[in-house]
Amino acid sequence: MQSPQDKPYSLWHKLFGDPIRAFGVVSLLFLMSLAIAPAKNHFSEWRHYQKSYLRMIRGRGDAVTLQRHFRGGIQQIWLPELGAVDRCITCHVGQKEASLVDVSTQPYRRHPVIPHSSDQFGCVICHRGQGAATTVEEAHRSTLAWEQPLVPARYIESSCGQCHRAALTGTPQLNQGRALLTRYGCVHCHTVKLPDGSTMNATDDPPSLSHIADKTTREWIFAWLKDPRAYAASATMPNFLLKDEDGRDISAFLMANSTPVRGATIPIGSAAQRSAPDPQAGASLYGESFCASCHAVQNAAGNLVGGDIGPELTRVGSKVKPHWLQAWIRNPRIYDPHTAMSHYRFNDQQAAVLTGFLRSKTDSDLLANVHLDPPTPEQIAHGKTLVTEYGCASCHEISGIKKPEKFAPELTRIGSKPISLLIFIPGMQHTLPDYIVNKIKQPRAFGTGLKMPQYSFNPGQVDALTTALLSFTDQAQTMPSALTVPAMAVSNYQPAGKAGQLMNDLACFSCHTINGRGGDMAPDLTLEGSAVQRKWLDDFLKNPNTLRPALIRRMPKFNLTDAEIATLSDYIMTVYQTPTFDRDSMPDSGYPSAQVEQGRQLFYSRYACQSCHIIDPKVDKGYIGPTLIQVGSRLNAAWIYHWLRNPQGLRPGTTEPNRNMSEEDARALTAFMMSQKGSGKQEAAKKR
Amino acid sequence: MRRSTIPIGLLSLAIMLCACRKNPPSPSAPKSTAYGSAIIESSGGKQIAAAGTTLPQPVVVLVNDDQGTAVTGALVEFRGPAGVSFDPPAGLTDSSGQFSTNVSLGSQAGRYQIRASTMTKSQKTAELRVEEIALDYQQVLGRQLNDQYCSRCHDPESTPERVSNYDNLEIKPHPFTEGDTLNKISDADLLAIINHGGPALNRSPLMAPYGYTLSKSDIQALISYIRIVSDPPYQAFGEVYAQK
Repeated sequence: MQSPQDKPYSLWHKLFGDPIRAFGVVSLLFLMSLAIAPAKNHFSEWRHYQKSYLRMIRGRGDAVTLQRHFRGGIQQIWLPELGAVDRCITCHVGQKEASLVDVSTQPYRRHPVIPHSSDQFGCVICHRGQGAATTVEEAHRSTLAWEQPLVPARYIESSCGQCHRAALTGTPQLNQGRALLTRYGCVHCHTVKLPDGSTMNATDDPPSLSHIADKTTREWIFAWLKDPRAYAASATMPNFLLKDEDGRDISAFLMANSTPVRGATIPIGSAAQRSAPDPQAGASLYGESFCASCHAVQNAAGNLVGGDIGPELTRVGSKVKPHWLQAWIRNPRIYDPHTAMSHYRFNDQQAAVLTGFLRSKTDSDLLANVHLDPPTPEQIAHGKTLVTEYGCASCHEISGIKKPEKFAPELTRIGSKPISLLIFIPGMQHTLPDYIVNKIKQPRAFGTGLKMPQYSFNPGQVDALTTALLSFTDQAQTMPSALTVPAMAVSNYQPAGKAGQLMNDLACFSCHTINGRGGDMAPDLTLEGSAVQRKWLDDFLKNPNTLRPALIRRMPKFNLTDAEIATLSDYIMTVYQTPTFDRDSMPDSGYPSAQVEQGRQLFYSRYACQSCHIIDPKVDKGYIGPTLIQVGSRLNAAWIYHWLRNPQGLRPGTTEPNRNMSEEDARALTAFMMSQKGSGKQEAAKKR
Repeated sequence: MRRSTIPIGLLSLAIMLCACRKNPPSPSAPKSTAYGSAIIESSGGKQIAAAGTTLPQPVVVLVNDDQGTAVTGALVEFRGPAGVSFDPPAGLTDSSGQFSTNVSLGSQAGRYQIRASTMTKSQKTAELRVEEIALDYQQVLGRQLNDQYCSRCHDPESTPERVSNYDNLEIKPHPFTEGDTLNKISDADLLAIINHGGPALNRSPLMAPYGYTLSKSDIQALISYIRIVSDPPYQAFGEVYAQK
């Protein structure tokens, strides 16, 4: 029988025809299967990388050193307390070699200089990935058995945030991301529990909507809801992409729901009519009061000019009702007791002038196409439903609607969220960072019926937010406390008594920090009582002049009464003192002229203070530090002396370098500076 | 059998690798509707950002014809070294002849040369090279310290928000981009000047010592920043270039 079936039979016969042959073949197969393991090892990826590393360094000038440092085989960093078994250094052999600075191919680049050593922390704690893996794929990417791929370089600062809960100088992106999370109110809806047990708090201050009918019109609310950026380029409120009907109904509900505040509006009476809008007077009062320190206005080129503590005022005339605006300028605390705006002591005339000026800031396009019919009860009811559905009360106080609990998903561990739990949009990469980026950029694309609004972040802000969110990992929650750097404690310092009430009324904390609470626009006043002379402080509060000629944001004049000034000065001089030295331990005047002269020499030659300070306006030009013209009438001698010895000791983080000044030099310089006094009249003349 | 496993293994590895590769972005580049003859930079060159991040400002290029007028609808394509990505990588110039793209730098610190190109009428390529700088951790830290302590005097550029003190100084400080001078000063000398002040090396007494204010690692971070922003580039032994 000659058939094709013969062939396999003959092959079988050839191999296993008789017992000896079969024994030989089986042994051979057995041997070969035994060889699989060593062969796999021999051809492993890491061995290949180590071989080509040795080939690469062979021709280099530093070959001998590099070869001596090289250790073959699988290398690992084992850190039981962190649970780390990182074998990355098996292939990344040169990561510690400073001389490999010219190598740009991976895996042989040296690691950039960072404050931590891989021996202490391993690799995975910052870079993520699978430390124990010994193949490229398993170590770097997400596989079936391991979901956590490497974190891309652009978000690497997120890893710092796992342990460092306070802001670090070297991680600007992380710091910015954390600030955005609180500034844009993300944490109003999304709870973020920090590893230290506290909850992240928002720093924005969305206005209460319970009395909104006092303040603005329904047409403006409609236009604002439709597109907040059309009204203010700097709006932090996102766009909810509402339909026209929804905008109509929400605005109807908010107006109907609003209750008047007694005193929050005053009839525009005789005062306003007397001062027929004089734009010049209004503009100069706006400038003199330094409104621009907090409020921005868009200039002709479209750039925002001014501070960002208060709302932008470019189109404020199209928004507010004049009755309300005038009352607000008179005393903002009647309408909103907790506003960041100071209660300026404007008289009726001034308030009317400023109101007239601000009312002229209109934009005819804003409300041109808004025509709303009087609302029906159904529309108002529908508006209330929408307000509840969109969670408006998460940010805004609205009477009759409770702040919703757990309105949006908690983000406490978003940085470790498994990819299998994420829903991706078609076409995007299936990684956690890409998910977060797209959630921020186009939240509504992830499905129908989603409520998260549309923000207008630029690419840098999106990356910063993603970095901050990626730092909220499981690991951050479970990190041993010995390895973490705690955040600065939040202070809710409140000054006492009449002065405390006055400071709240003037909103000092919007700009100044005292005892850890407050803004960073103006100097920290915690030790102000030790620093300045009483007479100067009184004069300054009466008529603040600038100490830093280059600054455009300045302390406004609040038009305080003498009694109010005395209350404030008393409190500042008594309470805000340093415990480290006695304010009166050095005299204000009477220094020997030789010492004054020695101080002058030191000022101009040895320490070259004039490069940053002006003491004689005819000669000096230094623009960085505060001016020292007549400093002898402003600062206390003991303060100057101790400041010179160690500026950072009195105000941590101040720019003035510590000069390690000797006692004698510091005394001479103090004598020279205290000799710089001016008569009151000259002083006033120069400040003009 | 052993011989055959290697090619089979390689083959399957190759197939697996191909399967695992991320789909290369198929840029559905629009068709050019007009052709210019030159491409020039409008803005966005010489920017500084942390490695791996997006540059703060987009890179904007302008396509002109031989009369020097802006061309609308010319196709501009951006290319860069490995790790650099563009959003969008290609597109048509707008009504003012400009095309702008957001650039993300690679994960290694150093200088990145990116190229913008457009086709001319005669089917030649007009090319523009723009250089951007990526910072590592140390340099990011250095830049922060520079902003706090150094730039007020060393950066001549003055804005209303941040007035420069440069013009007020009798002896002018060296801007950190001034490579011609600063590249000749060794790391050790820079360290000494920052640490002990200008007079330590017979330089301007207006330069204060920072050794009692900044730590040694802070000063090293500053030097590392000064080196990377220098123009022409600083070339120490074995200096790294991301773009070869």
